[in-house]
Amino acid sequence: MTENTQDAEDVVQESFLRAYRQLGRFDERASFGTWIYRIATNCALDMVRVRKRRNQAPVTTEQPGDAVPELPSLDPSPERLTLSGEVRERLAVAMNQLSKTERAAFVLRHYEGLRLEEISQVLECQPGAAKHSVFRAVQKLRRALEPIVSPVR
Amino acid sequence: MNHLNEEQLVLYFYGEETGVPDAAGHLETCSACSQVYSSIKRVLHAADSFAAPQPAEDFDARIWERIAPRLPARHTFLTAPVWQWAAAAGVLLAASLAGSFYPTPKPVRTIAAADPQTGERILRLAVSDYLDRSQMVLAEVANANPRRPLDISVEQESAEDLVAESRLYRQTALRTGDAAVAGLLDDLDRVMLEITHSPARLTPAELEKLRDKLDNEGILFKIRVLGANVRAQQATAVRASGAERKS
Repeated sequence: MTENTQDAEDVVQESFLRAYRQLGRFDERASFGTWIYRIATNCALDMVRVRKRRNQAPVTTEQPGDAVPELPSLDPSPERLTLSGEVRERLAVAMNQLSKTERAAFVLRHYEGLRLEEISQVLECQPGAAKHSVFRAVQKLRRALEPIVSPVR
Repeated sequence: MNHLNEEQLVLYFYGEETGVPDAAGHLETCSACSQVYSSIKRVLHAADSFAAPQPAEDFDARIWERIAPRLPARHTFLTAPVWQWAAAAGVLLAASLAGSFYPTPKPVRTIAAADPQTGERILRLAVSDYLDRSQMVLAEVANANPRRPLDISVEQESAEDLVAESRLYRQTALRTGDAAVAGLLDDLDRVMLEITHSPARLTPAELEKLRDKLDNEGILFKIRVLGANVRAQQATAVRASGAERKS
């Protein structure tokens, strides 16, 4: 969600501190994991918001020349590596164009494996709204990536 | 049967409720839906390349180092009046003596009774050690490979010892009016008992159930916070006694 390692570590640190301070307010009816996710998501969204306000580009900790992430393949040919890089670039742009809620919902569903019900608890919205956010995110990513991941290419 | 719409296909991909009976069967027979579904799958698999990198091995320790100094000390269980700590330490020592932990019981018991501050220090060390050992048992379960059976016979032995020890700390917490700490020790006890009573070799399903319980109660995080507080109190006490000796 934060797009770089340093910011992600800051978010983790801030999340645990917030969790500690708010421990007394933890409602035992909810799962502790969901509660922590909610805090971490809010911290990440806060960071993205502040960064946007300052109009800062995310600080990339990766150095030029770092390995390009590959798509799963048994044949890492140069063409495939180039394609992986292109997919990643387009994906980064597309992820950036998602709304904050869409992005958070997609990250929680796709990368963190949370169920829609849990996502709605984390984002404090109705399950239908969480579902819609995930769906909108996938739609936007499809629009951006379909042309380069389609097999006719 | 009507075709599945894009939203239903996305839900199907993620294993969520689509509201369509036998969506899988439909996808096998309908080439139009199957084509759209393949496209969704390709895009979402490509999105995997954007996944966050796995944190470095020392990530937990590094984050903890950054957090620990910023945690305020609590002012109940850990800063209980010296006599309460001393009383608890006395009980602790007696308990240890009963288990022949100390080879020369009499002098140790006298020290604890005559010097409340020493008693207090002993109890803090014991609590700190108790929390460290609890953390190790739980971390073993939490970090185990979820796809393989796990032999927890060693952890079960530790859990049994920990359960026997925890009663004293819980009583101290209750006496000092810290229901939250007493509650945490209670939760910890329940988890330890569950570990003790589990089969020595956990199947992946049993392991997952146990890990879910740990996750849902956030017990590891709470133990770490309490452990950090105890250590902070220890450090403060050491500094204070050093200053006292100088003056």
